[in-house]
Amino acid sequence: MSVTDRTVRRVIWRRPRATAVERAVAADDAAAARQPLEPPSLVGEASVEIAPNDPLVAYFQGAVGAVELANLDLDSAALAELRAAGVTLVVPLITNGELIGMLNVGRRLSDQDFSADDRRLLETLAAQAAPAVRVGQLVREQQAEIRARGRLEQELAVAQLIQQNFLPKELPQLAGWQVAAFYRPARAVGGDFYDFIELADGRLGLVIGDVTDKGVPAAMVMAATRSVLRASAQRLLEPGLVLARVNENLCPDIPENMFVTCFYGVLDPASGHLRYANAGHNVPLVSCSGESSDLRATGMPLGLMPGMAYEERETTLEAGACVLLYSDGLIEAHDAEREMFGTPRVVELLGGEADSQAVIDRLVLALDDFSGAELEQEDDITLVVLRHEGGEDAVRDRVLADVLIASAPGNEREAMRHVAEAAASLAITPARLERLGTAVAEATMNAMEHGNGYRDDQDVRLVVSVGDDQLVVRIVDHGGDREIAQAATPDIDAKLEGRQSPRGWGLFLIEKMVDEVRQSSNGAHHTVELVMHLEGARDDARES
Amino acid sequence: MTHASLETTTHRSDGTVRIELRGDIDGSAGGALGAAYDETAGANSVLLDFGAVDYINSTGIALIVGILARARADARPVAARGLTEHYREIFEITRLSDFMTILADEQSPPRDEQGEPR
Repeated sequence: MSVTDRTVRRVIWRRPRATAVERAVAADDAAAARQPLEPPSLVGEASVEIAPNDPLVAYFQGAVGAVELANLDLDSAALAELRAAGVTLVVPLITNGELIGMLNVGRRLSDQDFSADDRRLLETLAAQAAPAVRVGQLVREQQAEIRARGRLEQELAVAQLIQQNFLPKELPQLAGWQVAAFYRPARAVGGDFYDFIELADGRLGLVIGDVTDKGVPAAMVMAATRSVLRASAQRLLEPGLVLARVNENLCPDIPENMFVTCFYGVLDPASGHLRYANAGHNVPLVSCSGESSDLRATGMPLGLMPGMAYEERETTLEAGACVLLYSDGLIEAHDAEREMFGTPRVVELLGGEADSQAVIDRLVLALDDFSGAELEQEDDITLVVLRHEGGEDAVRDRVLADVLIASAPGNEREAMRHVAEAAASLAITPARLERLGTAVAEATMNAMEHGNGYRDDQDVRLVVSVGDDQLVVRIVDHGGDREIAQAATPDIDAKLEGRQSPRGWGLFLIEKMVDEVRQSSNGAHHTVELVMHLEGARDDARES
Repeated sequence: MTHASLETTTHRSDGTVRIELRGDIDGSAGGALGAAYDETAGANSVLLDFGAVDYINSTGIALIVGILARARADARPVAARGLTEHYREIFEITRLSDFMTILADEQSPPRDEQGEPR
């Protein structure tokens, strides 16, 4: 049984005066309580620190009953100290085989030796005192632990305060874009942050980052990074140069073993053009029309070494595109079997959902479900979702359905069914709904055949949304480079006479069936928008 | 085309062959429709019965144009019945109705047309 440092340092020695055995005092609070009964001038008190490796410890540990110090021959500093203080007899306090204190006694008043009776009495006293002293020690230890934990909690609260103070208070309002964000700190508060920076010409700076390490130091570095980034973003257009500038600023002062991963992009909301650079942060994910991609760009984390360059890349986030910026708290979350949440799950959850907030809700729900309620969140979780809604009108639109339809003959019926279900409760007559259904079927067939070439791996995306006065169905395929066809009135006479193919009715039908048709292509995708005005609502809206 | 969802039955009475159509008239219906027309050989006229048709798309319209062209070459007048209001409108828009007689019959499922097309 080893005697811990804790045990020995707690020994309190009460300087003995010439006193009777009964007056001998136990080495703890129980004795202190009796103190007022004695003339204060006669009572001294001292604490003898005994090093854990002092041979006296081992000796007392193995001793049976009271020990006369006079008979001891040990090379012990503690022994010398005890003797110097006038202690002649020590009864080790042992409980559960552990030396937890000593009952120290001075000379008898009579200067006679202690009798066998005296020693038995002291030993009985020690045997009874030891467990009580141990209880007292445990209570003290626990109180100290609580105080220490309180200090830690306080530090965490400060870190959290710093961090939350520097997170955006509100989300940017961009015409044609939905923006949603989610931040949930772990108990120990990691260094996650995100930011939106308003730039010249209505452009928007997008930031997400993570400071390695936790607590107040990480929060301070996060605040510094954010400030430098904000200042640099206003002066420099290129995201790569902004990150390089931040890196130069951070390097001299950042604590050792700490660095910052950070993605920075500049978005032009009008065109959807995004220019970005990445300092080692989790690669943001993009989902558009069932296709997923990512915003990869190479660069070292910030604060590791000066003189770093950051690759700069660009892309266009077309209408319907959904971007997810996230921290590793998302993909590196574990379940009870230590399996990681992982990127493939996130990619799957990102696809086919319209509303930015709904994407976040869906991710958080899936993550919580995955981790389980009993597991504590390991790291901060930060999510920022941007969705390009397209035209300015679209911002107000409510999405009723957003589905992917496999490119296979006959699947246009599936599209019709989705539209019929989504529009069932709207102010549109069955006859007009049927017309819309035919237009949807024709546009979906064109998308499957001419846009996607009936390829297994290319779906048609169908989005049904409703605004104040209109129902809009968007049909998106992968034929971004296909030319926008104009509907001509088919010449049925020529067809009947065999001078023309009997086919070629699709576009004509679409135009005849709905109130408006809009088409657009952007190099990657081709979109057909079918618009039906809703009954009554349009006239009311005009009047008001 | 992998699915074929049109079934046909031909009924001959006097000089008229009635082709009863059931299911969808889309890209998969070409074979069934052509075979049904083959059975009208020698008839004076053809009646297309759409009473059990759920869906006609643009490819289906092209197939009907093909049947009309064959009937024209054979000098066989074509009539249609059983069209829903919706497909009747489509036959008008596409001018198919200019080349076949559209019969209004009680077998046509009633459709409530409350809203006027804008």
